[in-house]
Amino acid sequence: MANRPLRIVVAKAGLDGHDRGAKVIARALRDAGMEVIYTGLFQTPEQIVQTAIQEDADGIGLSILSGAHMTLFPLVLDQLKAQDAADIVFFGGGTIPPEDADELKKRGVKAVFTPGAPLQEIIDFVQAECGKRRELVG
Amino acid sequence: MANLALDALLREFDDKRPRGLARAISWAESGRGADLIAHLYPRIGRAMTIGLTGPPGVGKSTLSSALVKKARSLGKTVGVISVDPSSPFSHGALLGDRIRLTEHFVDPDVFIRSMASRGHLGGLSGATADAVMLMDAFGLDVVLIETVGVGQSEIEIAELAQTTLVALQPGSGDSIQVLKAGIMEIADIFVVNKADHPMANQLRREIRAMMEMLSFSGWVPELAMTQAVTGDGIDDLWRAIDSHVVYLNESGEISRKRREAFAHQVRQLALGRLQARLERHLYDDTRIDLDPYAAADEVLAHFGVYGGEEPEPALAAARPRAVVRGLTGHDG
Repeated sequence: MANRPLRIVVAKAGLDGHDRGAKVIARALRDAGMEVIYTGLFQTPEQIVQTAIQEDADGIGLSILSGAHMTLFPLVLDQLKAQDAADIVFFGGGTIPPEDADELKKRGVKAVFTPGAPLQEIIDFVQAECGKRRELVG
Repeated sequence: MANLALDALLREFDDKRPRGLARAISWAESGRGADLIAHLYPRIGRAMTIGLTGPPGVGKSTLSSALVKKARSLGKTVGVISVDPSSPFSHGALLGDRIRLTEHFVDPDVFIRSMASRGHLGGLSGATADAVMLMDAFGLDVVLIETVGVGQSEIEIAELAQTTLVALQPGSGDSIQVLKAGIMEIADIFVVNKADHPMANQLRREIRAMMEMLSFSGWVPELAMTQAVTGDGIDDLWRAIDSHVVYLNESGEISRKRREAFAHQVRQLALGRLQARLERHLYDDTRIDLDPYAAADEVLAHFGVYGGEEPEPALAAARPRAVVRGLTGHDG
């Protein structure tokens, strides 16, 4: 069991064609030894959650730069609950105002990273939180 | 404890919950597949397995997507296993084949799993064979296996899949490329993708010319021209796959293939365990003052293997699928 790499879905949702940030994160997590599944652009919350289930992902990282974060993050949370997959660590990032980030975290998003967040901080977060999930689920 | 977890997993599996299959594949990937496979083995052997290999960028994932669509239109449930390389340095991987398969993400009758090669050579990952068995036992009708796609020696797929597709694209190399050994020898069906390319017909002629030089005993590889992006030629490709399956069943070749696949899996598992045990002795016994042959003798002594002749390099018995015309007949 021991050292199976963590598996993380990196996703882009809705009408948001900017994926440079998502690719940088994907690459950083890869270089930290994780298996990163990239969904591609324009995914629906349902597609993202189905992907995470089939891939047995430990976490989902959602990148949103379109301003639709208050719609899309909660929809993913709903899907996770509906699909009995709330154990998957859900985090995200993008151009998200601090008050929105607080609200999202209250609703169950584990972390929200905004422009300027150091990559190492994101890696540390993912390793710690997704590592915990892995220990629980096995 | 472990058995409780196993029972829970088998229940999810029996309830046809995708999550059960997803967890089962993870178990196999982390070396916990033995009990699972032991339980599920009686259910295995129903699925039609199709392997898809070819160089990077040829359109394997797009072809996969088109084949999934075709299979779904026939009412079949489909599993896709897509293997991408792991970094030999960080062991991380970026698995991006799903991008071409997004239209099937929410179809409950399509299950897609990306696998990282995790250091395994040959175009697959160590647990790919387990994943195929698990999808089969889960009840998926068709299992499509897409290889890493990096080399000319990705021939392991032919051991695993019933039907092997080798995808090629026009304009990538001269006629010598199609004469090379390895990947070109494993094709049950050649797929010339990007068939709208100006050089597509030239590639078709070269493959045909190569095949005309050979005489096949049994199945003669088919050639399909496709444009996976638009779906052109996919019906023909599916017909070719179908006729290969019919050939396998009618000729009895299917049972030979199953035996080979079984032997291959057993060999992989046994070698994997041996290698793990070997590694433990590697640094103790391979002292630098010995020559490599003598050091190998010392290591092998742990396994009760002493001295003796160096064996011929371990090659499986040659079994030519085709011979060059005009060079046969001497030895029957």
